[in-house]
Amino acid sequence: MAERGIIGKSLPRLEDPPLVTGRGRFAADINFPHQLHMRIVRSAMAHARIVSIDAEAARALPGVVAVWTAADIPDASPVDFREGPNEKLAPYRQHVLAREAVRYVGDPVAAVFAESAYVAEDAADLVAVEYEELPVVLAADAPPGEFSPGRSTEATLVRQDYGDIDAAFAAAHLVVELDLSVGRHTGVPMETRGAIGRYDAARDVLELHGAAKVPHKNRDSLGRMLGRDVTGIHLYESHVGGGFGVRGELYPEDILVLMAAMRLGRPVKWIEDRREHLMATNHSRQQRHRIRAAVDAEGRLLAIDNEFFHDQGAYIRTHGTRVADSTCGLLPGPYRLPVYRARGHFRLTNKTPAATYRSPSRYETNFVRERVMDEIGRRLGLSPVDVRRRNFLAKEEMPFARPLAALGENVVYDSGDYALLLDKALAAFRWDEVQADMARRRAAGEMVGAALAVFVEKSGLGPTDGARVIVDTTGAVEVVTGGASVGQGFETVVAQVCAETLGVDYDRIRVTHGRTDRIEYGLGAHASRATVMTANATAAAAARVRAKALDVAAEMMQAPIEALDIVAGRVVRTDIESGPSVALGEIARNLAPSAKLRNGREPGLSSDGWFDTEHQTYPYGVQMAVVKVDPETGGVAVERMLVGYDIGRAINPMLVHGQIAGGFAQGLGGALYEEFRYSETGDPLSVTFADYLIPTASEVPEVEILLTEDAPSPCNPLGIKGAGESGIAAVGAVIASAVDEAIGIPGAITELPITPQRLKRILAGIRRPLAAE
Amino acid sequence: MKPAPFKYHRPTTLDEALAILAEVAEEDGRILAGGQTLVPMMALRLAYPPHLVDINAIPELARTRVEDGRLAIGALVRHADLQAPLGCPPLDGLLAEVASHIAHYPIRTRGTFCGSLANADPASEWCLVAATLGAEFVIRSADGTRSVGVEDYFQGVMATAIGPGEMLVEARLPLLPADSLWGFYEFSRRAGDFALGMALATLRLEGGVVGEARIGVGGAEEHPRRIAEAEAALVGRAPDEAAFRAAAAKAAAVIDPLEDHATDGTYRRELVETVVRRALSAAMAHRQARPRTEIEARS
Repeated sequence: MAERGIIGKSLPRLEDPPLVTGRGRFAADINFPHQLHMRIVRSAMAHARIVSIDAEAARALPGVVAVWTAADIPDASPVDFREGPNEKLAPYRQHVLAREAVRYVGDPVAAVFAESAYVAEDAADLVAVEYEELPVVLAADAPPGEFSPGRSTEATLVRQDYGDIDAAFAAAHLVVELDLSVGRHTGVPMETRGAIGRYDAARDVLELHGAAKVPHKNRDSLGRMLGRDVTGIHLYESHVGGGFGVRGELYPEDILVLMAAMRLGRPVKWIEDRREHLMATNHSRQQRHRIRAAVDAEGRLLAIDNEFFHDQGAYIRTHGTRVADSTCGLLPGPYRLPVYRARGHFRLTNKTPAATYRSPSRYETNFVRERVMDEIGRRLGLSPVDVRRRNFLAKEEMPFARPLAALGENVVYDSGDYALLLDKALAAFRWDEVQADMARRRAAGEMVGAALAVFVEKSGLGPTDGARVIVDTTGAVEVVTGGASVGQGFETVVAQVCAETLGVDYDRIRVTHGRTDRIEYGLGAHASRATVMTANATAAAAARVRAKALDVAAEMMQAPIEALDIVAGRVVRTDIESGPSVALGEIARNLAPSAKLRNGREPGLSSDGWFDTEHQTYPYGVQMAVVKVDPETGGVAVERMLVGYDIGRAINPMLVHGQIAGGFAQGLGGALYEEFRYSETGDPLSVTFADYLIPTASEVPEVEILLTEDAPSPCNPLGIKGAGESGIAAVGAVIASAVDEAIGIPGAITELPITPQRLKRILAGIRRPLAAE
Repeated sequence: MKPAPFKYHRPTTLDEALAILAEVAEEDGRILAGGQTLVPMMALRLAYPPHLVDINAIPELARTRVEDGRLAIGALVRHADLQAPLGCPPLDGLLAEVASHIAHYPIRTRGTFCGSLANADPASEWCLVAATLGAEFVIRSADGTRSVGVEDYFQGVMATAIGPGEMLVEARLPLLPADSLWGFYEFSRRAGDFALGMALATLRLEGGVVGEARIGVGGAEEHPRRIAEAEAALVGRAPDEAAFRAAAAKAAAVIDPLEDHATDGTYRRELVETVVRRALSAAMAHRQARPRTEIEARS
């Protein structure tokens, strides 16, 4: 492939013009003639038996077309697992409308279908549900209760291990033990969920609009749940106002609009409101870890033994146990670890169901593991830098296979030079100067502290992705992908790769995504995979189109192929200055089915391309922060933040910067602000933006970004790794450590988020850190 | 997030508004000014007023005027209006500073001063200003006008002296003498959030000691109020750190703190000590206070 300099350039986003001129089309902007509006009646109780549901008054309200309870849809399948059936976990799935019992405040109990969204909401108010209260389980670290008669709230115990744990601890110079908790929070996109179901009886096709993230996999799941051939179900993605893991999974509402569209014979639209979003869309993160680490006299890890409690909420949704599995598989991060044991109690509680949120399991385990490293360093008198450097996997050990699994694959770190990135980040941050400055300021009475955290991310989840590149007779290029855009700049990145490979201007390329009717296969956008997988598939398809174009051009121009190149959409001779040239559109015309020059070639200047990978890629990073604590209010201000990140190869550095800055802001939310709290009866207390606090521009400092390309991935021809989760991954870890430093109490922070109230209690000495003797 | 059905009235004169209000008061008809609290409550279906009397078409309510040593603020004066100079220093400087802590700019262009007083949230900055400075509340109904002093106005969490069929048409704040020093300090989780605690202090010095002091605390109790014990601890003393600490400790000792799921009484009590001391320090620090425009405040 010729080096053309398009890959690696911070080109403007192709997708921006409609978005910045107010002409985007999000789920709520989609309307069909004669559509109905759906409103969900949600449980007001955290755990109760449904005694009766009286919907007569609602049905009688003018404009109401139907009110459904579980009794009206006895054949409806519970929301299925994305990766297929799982007999053991199946009883914990969520029905689209609660049968017999409700298990969290927000559990769908009835669905109202009406002529307008207002009438639907009025009618929903009139549905009277009689409950008989049942005892609630609100903590995953409390003794398990009964999910249903004879069935424990501990759905499963996830476990991964290798090596002789008892021998390792017996031989330890030092054992460090910590008890650490991450609070319940989640991704809160600007755009709430939305689903518009439509049945086209003329074609016998069922359509779901407002799809996101994984349209193809959701089509397959819907086929199973609805008992339809997948050729008769199509999903359509529009603009997506943020995904973050929560948007684009299948939820009860998606199935309800489709069933209603079929049964009521009219399109059915549902747009989630913010209050619903905060109690019905997947929560995430809540875990408690009791972790022990065995180390030798030099501070080298000998073993980690971790028992954790995963708060799954009321049901097991589409991801199954993925977050808990990855918690086991990815906790070791960048360190050499001879022996390991992880056991996770995967428990249901009477709270909103949980699943993945940007950097799932890593945000949690980075906090836990880096807290452990800080503690080891403190106990052995090692600096935070030295204790980490001593334990890093070396560049020479790559690729490094750990006998663990995550996201259904064995963990094999593809490439990395952790020590090099740490050195570069220390220099960029001026670590030594910062430490001296901290010491001066602390001596002057300020509570300030600086800290660092190191992490390994994962990206580019396979196994296979495809793309189709089509050049039309005007020379315009379309790339049809099975990828998805959640606003991350997917179109631009794919266009850049296609432009460079094929030899066309990137802004002449239209990138199609999120449509199951245009391409048969696709993995969507999740797990920071879209760029790695789809861009490589696009490069493969574009290379084949390029070869075909040159083949035809050689014949047209009577020139050897080796003397030809494609520049700005024209085939030119490289051996003659200002020689003849042929436009790609003209070549496409000569490949029309009836064209004479086609000479038996496959019609059309187009090709499919495929990319297969056995393993994910593992980018890595360092985060550093300076914080200042107000000891009187308990407030924490972040004065400086640096994210150092090795991405292998950046296709568009500007977009990577955007991913990192946005991710950091969300990470700061989980570290200091965002938390879903519940009353002792299970009432959610964070159901508006007055109670669920997302950091704003006033709280988020400018992020310093150090982007390096020292460890290209050997797993794909472009050498790229993903960017989506790098900014958020270790924010909880680094802020906790910096606050420790600021207040001068090592290991003080054992729980996220660090609210002013909690910090004041720590400062008052009421809540001594559990690890300190 | 769709409100329940309601009947919408849009009178163009105050008398018309009061007449409508008299008719609908029995059924819990409500006045719509900025809608800062009421509209979200309706969208969340936590409020179901069957009638809304929109007063936004009554221009006379949107005025401020200085009269008889008072700044009169009409029922439609927005928070943002009070961020501009009003020609009555140093009071207007105090109002501009306090206004900048209320929510965010777009909200400040809608929400009103009198609406905040009528809503009487414990964490309302304007209620703190009214309580500390001693506002007079002009309340009208179809039957007439009455004036209520601050000592009778606040009656609990979101409870005031305003009765059914009545409307707070104007609030009057006494002007501050030219030599008044003032200081405000608020702590909230994020910029623009409800205060976890806040204090407003005004001081006049006489011969190097505090001659007159007003210390108000908000966000900590059922409604903002002056803390007489803290004021007494200050009067007659030099305005120094030791005196401020003594006054702040007094305030913290005498309050009856609100508690919620995240915030216990101890936290609030300690925070009151902090905000009172910081407000007093701020009063000494910005003797040269002047009103700032929104653009200055944001730059």
